Amino acid sequence: MNLQRLFGGRAAASAPVARERLQILLAHERGLRGQPDLLELLRAEILSAVSRHVELDAEKVIVRMERGVDVSTLEIDIEVPNAAERYLAASRHGTNAAVTIR
Amino acid sequence: MAKVLVVTSGKGGVGKTTTTAALGAALAQMGEKAVVVDFDVGLRNLDLVLGAERRVVFDFINVVQGIANLSQALIRDKRLENLWLLPASQTRDKDALTEEGVSKIIAELRTKFDWIICDSPAGIERGATLAMRYADEAIVVTNPEVSSVRDSDRIIGMLDSKTARAEQGEQVKKHLLITRFDTARAARGEMLSIDDVLDILATPLLGIVPESQDVLRASNVGSPVTLNDAGSVPARAYTDAARRLMGQTVPMMVPTGRKGLMDRLLGRRAA
Repeated sequence: MNLQRLFGGRAAASAPVARERLQILLAHERGLRGQPDLLELLRAEILSAVSRHVELDAEKVIVRMERGVDVSTLEIDIEVPNAAERYLAASRHGTNAAVTIR
Repeated sequence: MAKVLVVTSGKGGVGKTTTTAALGAALAQMGEKAVVVDFDVGLRNLDLVLGAERRVVFDFINVVQGIANLSQALIRDKRLENLWLLPASQTRDKDALTEEGVSKIIAELRTKFDWIICDSPAGIERGATLAMRYADEAIVVTNPEVSSVRDSDRIIGMLDSKTARAEQGEQVKKHLLITRFDTARAARGEMLSIDDVLDILATPLLGIVPESQDVLRASNVGSPVTLNDAGSVPARAYTDAARRLMGQTVPMMVPTGRKGLMDRLLGRRAA
């Protein structure tokens, strides 16, 4: 026990810090609520759109969101089997797509 | 009309099972017919806290699977004739609990009891979502501590979206129960205050239960705290909370635990 506390002095109160951290965090988390399904929805729609033209393994469609302060990045990674190359012959852009949204 | 309550929190170790047992016993002591239902499949403990661990023959899952009927699985408390327990199964198969099974059992319990109190497991997985699924009201148990408050906020969001009531466009009435509160530490700014927690979670307060030896002592001997020492501070807090659930107006008491200089010199903890 330190002397400051023994004589009724206050060590820097930590509760206000806890309160402030929680308020900031929860404001952010409440904003995200209801959104977790957004990625699943995007994944399903991308899968269905691409599947109309190329045969895909549903497991190989990965949609990821990275949140930054000013900009968030939406990364869509679709692995296309080699047998599908003939479908893509017209546009030889490769098999990966990355999209950045603001 | 029967009321289904879920006691939930997200975080573990905050006092859900203690609260379920204490509120069930308090309601039974006031003449209400109450059943406490353990949803923690694989890790049941409500039987132990109620001192009924050696009387479990059939459990919730046995009833869902049709191996036993409900009246065979219900255990009547030896001290309170109005208090009953439906124990959880110790099976490791978490999928044994189905939404249809839970729905059927809750509907049957509604015909037999005034209060059905569902003790949720920690976490946000199947057991926790099923425990809240058919609730009319929810008691969110929170400790004045950052991780507990954060998890409570998440659980409040789930109560507003994942329950049968929410899906029908209705509300699950939510109550906040702050447990393990230490008035002296909150006064010194070492612990979130009641107002802090209420501000952050914006949920009506059902009661404040202080950190207390009486709670541990009651669980040691397998007796709900409201029964083991009805005059103790936590027992009074739980009894008041039960009265509020019944619609009575009871003034909110903030447990006092302010320590004097001698206590601080001797490093005593608040009782």
